[in-house]
Amino acid sequence: MRNYRLSHLKELEAEAIHIIREVAAEFENPVMLYSIGKDSSVMVRLAEKAFAPGKVPFPLMHIDSKWKFKEMIKFRDQYVKDHNWDLIVNSNQKAFEEGVGPFSHGSKIHTDLMKTQALLEGLSKYKFDAAFGGARRDEEKSRAKERIFSFRDKYHQWDPKNQRPELWDIYNTNVHKGESIRVFPLSNWTELDIWQYIRLEQIPIVPLYFAKERPVVEVEGNLIMVDDERMPKELVEKAEMRMVRFRTLGCYPLTGAVESEADTIEKIVEEMMTATQSERTTRVIDFDQEASMEQKKREGYF
Amino acid sequence: MIDSKLNIDQFLDQDEKKDLLRLLTAGSVDDGKSTLIGRLLFDSKKLYEDQLTALERDSKRVGNAGEEIDYALLLDGLKAEREQGITIDVAYRYFSTNKRKFIIADTPGHEQYTRNMITGGSTANLAIILVDARTGVITQTKRHTYLVSLLGIKHVVLAINKMDIVDYKEEVYNQISEDYKDFASQLNIPDIQCMPLSALKGDNVVDKSENMPWYHGPSLLDYLETVHVVSDRNFEDFRFPIQYVLRPNLDFRGFSGKVASGIIRKGDEIMAIPSGKKSKVSGIHTYEGELEEAFCPQGITLTLEDEIDISRGEMLVHSDSQPKSSRQFEAMLVWMDEQEMNLHTQFVIKHTTNKTKARIDEIQYQVDVNTLDKLDKETFSLNEIGRVTISTNQPLFFDPYYKNKSTGAFVLIDPVTNNTCSVGMIIDKAKEEDLYSRIADMDREKMNRGESLISVSEREERYNQRGQTIWITGLHGSGKRELAYTIEKALFDKGKTVVVFDGATVRAGLSHELDYSLADRAEHLRRVAHMCKLLNDQGVIAICAFISPNDNIRQQVKEIIGEDRFTLAYINKDVEECKKAQPDLYGKYENEIIKNLPGMDLLYEVPTEAIFIDDITSTSIILESIK
Repeated sequence: MRNYRLSHLKELEAEAIHIIREVAAEFENPVMLYSIGKDSSVMVRLAEKAFAPGKVPFPLMHIDSKWKFKEMIKFRDQYVKDHNWDLIVNSNQKAFEEGVGPFSHGSKIHTDLMKTQALLEGLSKYKFDAAFGGARRDEEKSRAKERIFSFRDKYHQWDPKNQRPELWDIYNTNVHKGESIRVFPLSNWTELDIWQYIRLEQIPIVPLYFAKERPVVEVEGNLIMVDDERMPKELVEKAEMRMVRFRTLGCYPLTGAVESEADTIEKIVEEMMTATQSERTTRVIDFDQEASMEQKKREGYF
Repeated sequence: MIDSKLNIDQFLDQDEKKDLLRLLTAGSVDDGKSTLIGRLLFDSKKLYEDQLTALERDSKRVGNAGEEIDYALLLDGLKAEREQGITIDVAYRYFSTNKRKFIIADTPGHEQYTRNMITGGSTANLAIILVDARTGVITQTKRHTYLVSLLGIKHVVLAINKMDIVDYKEEVYNQISEDYKDFASQLNIPDIQCMPLSALKGDNVVDKSENMPWYHGPSLLDYLETVHVVSDRNFEDFRFPIQYVLRPNLDFRGFSGKVASGIIRKGDEIMAIPSGKKSKVSGIHTYEGELEEAFCPQGITLTLEDEIDISRGEMLVHSDSQPKSSRQFEAMLVWMDEQEMNLHTQFVIKHTTNKTKARIDEIQYQVDVNTLDKLDKETFSLNEIGRVTISTNQPLFFDPYYKNKSTGAFVLIDPVTNNTCSVGMIIDKAKEEDLYSRIADMDREKMNRGESLISVSEREERYNQRGQTIWITGLHGSGKRELAYTIEKALFDKGKTVVVFDGATVRAGLSHELDYSLADRAEHLRRVAHMCKLLNDQGVIAICAFISPNDNIRQQVKEIIGEDRFTLAYINKDVEECKKAQPDLYGKYENEIIKNLPGMDLLYEVPTEAIFIDDITSTSIILESIK
């Protein structure tokens, strides 16, 4: 008799597929939030798997802060075209026209207006009752306690002390009008799992993850890449070409690069397993305040 | 960590194949649980260096462990908890070795958080229960063990921690192990491993301790890496709850779902539950293409040879191994809501991919999780556990939880708050022969206690009125009866439900054996008053026309009916007026044919507090008094 045993990756995959189908079956109007990052890329592939050979029955929504790396937008447009996805792009147009950005307004105001507000506005505008997110519990301490189906009140807020019990694989999808659920199919994945899965499944990811010579400038200990002309001149002048890659992707002025030679997934994994920094440390927003992610999550940010 | 003989490609090829172990840790803050987990993570070299840097920074500010690294700080994520210095919810931790990936559900040990332990433990293959070597098996240990057994977790590690404080004495370990196995023998846990540890010093956590040469078992990590858990899954009984019907085009009709248990092969004959219709599996579809076979917990899409109409919530099985199908079953229930159970609630039950309504028919008993004693209780509060009988609107297709977790587990959702208020594990179908009488008995019991299944407010809503009594007193011939029927008609025309009692009708039947003595008048009125009360309880308005000559009697009537439902009206006519209305009756008294006539030889006490009616054709004053 053969060994009926799944590898950890296949078991995580099965768990995620089950979660994604459950949402499609029980909610009226779900959406998958797509950040273009590696975790999103895995999540999107899992959704494709869940409904193969059919088309995924919900759209993607990208919250465009208008400060993403150009390569991310290019990758996004190509991917949705190649894989026949419906894509919604939502931005805080008003704040954008007022010129809000991380260089002029600082990371806190920028993140609040261009990410959190743009997200909440997008969710309300289309009346989504469930939104998938690619967050993992191992990323950050407050996420470690969040349910896979995470209830949000009509203000999109999370109450960490009042979470619904979540047992087995039975998910409570009942909400009143205006309330919603954020769903995290990758809850139990680690960064290593994500990389191994990308390798195993040959999932396309944004080239910024791979090391390459790029123009970067050191800002408060972070290596910030010169991605467009909006970077202040005094910074651009200090920029130099260095062999770097990104461990996470977001707004280019808020995402630090790491010096690296890793230009393949295998090298990235090797580097990661001997790494000296966990991945979110290259995200500037986490350091704004003590327990800042928890605060942002309470306010509706993922 | 990476074997130098392997390159990274080979390493990854190998690493991708390792399996997954989900484990639960239970114990209180004082047992050093967070330290143990921190140590497991730390010593398996999975803590990134910068997390350590952040840790050192945090330790100096709020740490409780002096100059040493406070492992607990790594784990207690939420702000509020850091302030309180305790873990308040389930937190998930991840670490890997080159043999396995581990998911730890870390749950607190305090009694009020049984809910969290149940939550964290539902998907666990294994539980680590911590005890302090100084205190040994305490109430909390028993509670945790009971919950682990209830959840059907088959492997338990009893981690006897803080062995360093008891000088690594073997006797301490032996005594605690013995106590524990003694207790656990009452429960259903097939595999128990007791281990002497010191999380703080690292003894027997990752490496075997040199301080305890007398211990010949594995270290904790060794054990976690090698314990055999695949066979805990049910590979015998194929259960495939339909999750999603996939129709990408007219030629493809697939049934998507997760194999809840068992194995399915292409060509297998399957049966759809509840229709009983049979067909054969024509294909097992995945993104990667078709499979020859699939097993739990894979997510697949099945196509069948025949067109059968199947939808979400139904189940595909092998016809030689069918689940039970029933609307009634017995289950162990754990109450998870702050609000206590209302027995009359119609819950939403979610079981596999099925949702229907459910009601608790009977609470058979509750379990005291500290002593395992059975308790007789009428409701459930937060963290209470008990055995119940449940009825559902639609039949469920299930197996006993101990045989098949996937098809034996369910949650109850409060229909108003939408909270997951309770979770349950099915024991078995309720026995048919017990069922009717049990439900009837329960109702009878309520009726014996005078508790209707319909509430007063429900009736009042139905009748759109308040059940009450208008009691009209006055002398013979004062016109009580006419007044009563006039009011009855007026109320009836307004759509009210109303009944009239008067002396003649009641004495003709219910009180036919009673005479007109004071004692019998009292008995007669007592009966009438109780009748009024019953009717008022049903939401009906009663109008009574009785002489009821004295205050004492009227007071008793009022007490029986209830002060807030009782209105007294007095027809304000003296005996001379009444004689004119009923000359025959008063004539009989004059001729000494009858006696005990109120207003004549029997005292009639004019009430002091009543609505005084001067004109019996004017009913408005009484109608206005109807509450």
